[in-house]
Amino acid sequence: MNWEVVIPQLIFLASIFIIGFWASRKIASKSNFLQEYFLGSRELGGLILAMTMIATYGSASSFVGGPGAAYSQGLGWVLLAMSQVATGYFVLMILGKKFAIKSRHYKAVTLVDYLKGRYNSKAVVLLSALSIIIFLFSAMTAQWVGGARLIESLTGLSYISALFIFAVSVIIYVIIGGFRAVAVTDTLQGIVMFFGTLIILAGTIIAGGGMGNIMSDLANENPNLVSPFGHDGSLTPLYVSSFWILVGVGVVGLPQVAVRAMSYKDSKGMHRALIIGTIVVAFMMFGMHLVGVMARPILPGIEVADSVMPMIAMEVLPAWLAGIVLAAPMAAIMSTVDSLLLLVSSTVVKDVYLNYVNPEAARKKVKTISFGVTAVLGISVFALALSPPDLLIWLNLFAFGGLESAFIWPVVLGLYWAKGNKYGAMASIILGVGTYSVIHNVWPEPFGMHTVTLPVFISFLGYVIASLLTDRSVTPANMQDGAVKG
Amino acid sequence: MAEQEKKLDRRFTLAHREAWIGVGLVLFNFIWWFGFAYGLGSAPVEEYSYILGMPAWFFYSCVVGSILMMVLVAVIVKSFFKEVPFEAEEEEERV
Repeated sequence: MNWEVVIPQLIFLASIFIIGFWASRKIASKSNFLQEYFLGSRELGGLILAMTMIATYGSASSFVGGPGAAYSQGLGWVLLAMSQVATGYFVLMILGKKFAIKSRHYKAVTLVDYLKGRYNSKAVVLLSALSIIIFLFSAMTAQWVGGARLIESLTGLSYISALFIFAVSVIIYVIIGGFRAVAVTDTLQGIVMFFGTLIILAGTIIAGGGMGNIMSDLANENPNLVSPFGHDGSLTPLYVSSFWILVGVGVVGLPQVAVRAMSYKDSKGMHRALIIGTIVVAFMMFGMHLVGVMARPILPGIEVADSVMPMIAMEVLPAWLAGIVLAAPMAAIMSTVDSLLLLVSSTVVKDVYLNYVNPEAARKKVKTISFGVTAVLGISVFALALSPPDLLIWLNLFAFGGLESAFIWPVVLGLYWAKGNKYGAMASIILGVGTYSVIHNVWPEPFGMHTVTLPVFISFLGYVIASLLTDRSVTPANMQDGAVKG
Repeated sequence: MAEQEKKLDRRFTLAHREAWIGVGLVLFNFIWWFGFAYGLGSAPVEEYSYILGMPAWFFYSCVVGSILMMVLVAVIVKSFFKEVPFEAEEEEERV
């Protein structure tokens, strides 16, 4: 075992546990368990808000899969990744103040709560809860596999022991600390990711003999690597642009991101998060993916794309520093997984159990059930990840695209279009998820765009048409609770 | 009640304006990113010019573009975004 790499990881894990315990003491001191456990009592400030948002969507794909793809595709993949700069400001500007005000008004703790308040429909609640559970479950599995693979490659442990370490750490701090632990550990993880990116970027440029030298090495090997078109010219402008929907603006529709837009303390925190978030996300996405490209002349011939990041870190940095830097992808994966775990758990507890099974549950019972559900979910993902599916990035993007197609319009048009109603929301969720699954399987990348593009468009049409067709049948009482006032 | 509605309206007018700013920023961001990447990057690779060791299309689209967005977001948020209260009244709910 390579102790110089392992010790920083252990220190990192230990700090995360300390945060978990600190947050668990906060939970005991708050009067409203659900608001605290699933939303941190809406007390997030600017830095924590920015970091938890970035860390949540800056997942394994940005720190493991992304640099791997950049390694084989060249600068075109960095260009593609830069579409994520938009997420730094777009999500908070679009959901922004109105979502924060509305979700407080509805006393919403989850995205489904918000949809319930806005559309007042059992069908919308059940459909959305179901899509969240199915899609985020598969996303979680993909991320756990990534986390375990990373521990495996760093420490030389077997896949199963690596998975075990990873699962136990995440499950424990999420169960005891809830959303506050997740958000604060995300902040620590975000800071680790930021400095990790900085160090490895600098180390790689130096090891490659300077930027100019690396670029000419790349151009000598294959001129396409320094063009925006990918190593074989297959990255068309249309395809690359369609990622603006998948990882750029479409992120508004992701429940794990939207729920964070309910959690901030005040508009000052939101404003700071906008600025910090844009800076951090732009730098991290740029740095990590560029490292992937520059790794190519330094370490040619890496076969497994997912191992590019760990290998280049060990190559260009002293072992102890590589250990610190490699806590960054670990942080990225953990911070995504913890959010997903808590989100699926809140969906089960708040949206299904408290809505339909036992609305009168006492505080103590809700608490036991929340901890229990989180534990059961964590353990089932662990079981699923034991025989892992191969394509990490694929599963992950599948979950992203499906959820975005389902929720982007019910959330955004629900906020800003007074005529939008429950039929529109239902049509949007069914068409979004349905067409995504069908197109993904029978007609991937239609017209040379990413699969997500068409379902997002179809679900928009579905929302608008269904809302307009049923406009008169929705009672004014129903509408009053919606966006009419806005 | 009517008083409160008016207050809500004002906050929402503000929120709507900020959302449109977000849309405008994304469009600008996209056009800058796309224009430089494919405007300069479509030339044959042998004819590329380089800035700080990077191909010019990459430098303008990804490096300058990102820095520009950071500055724009900071300036716009500081000068156009207004602070508003989120709570209409004290809404403490016990579970």
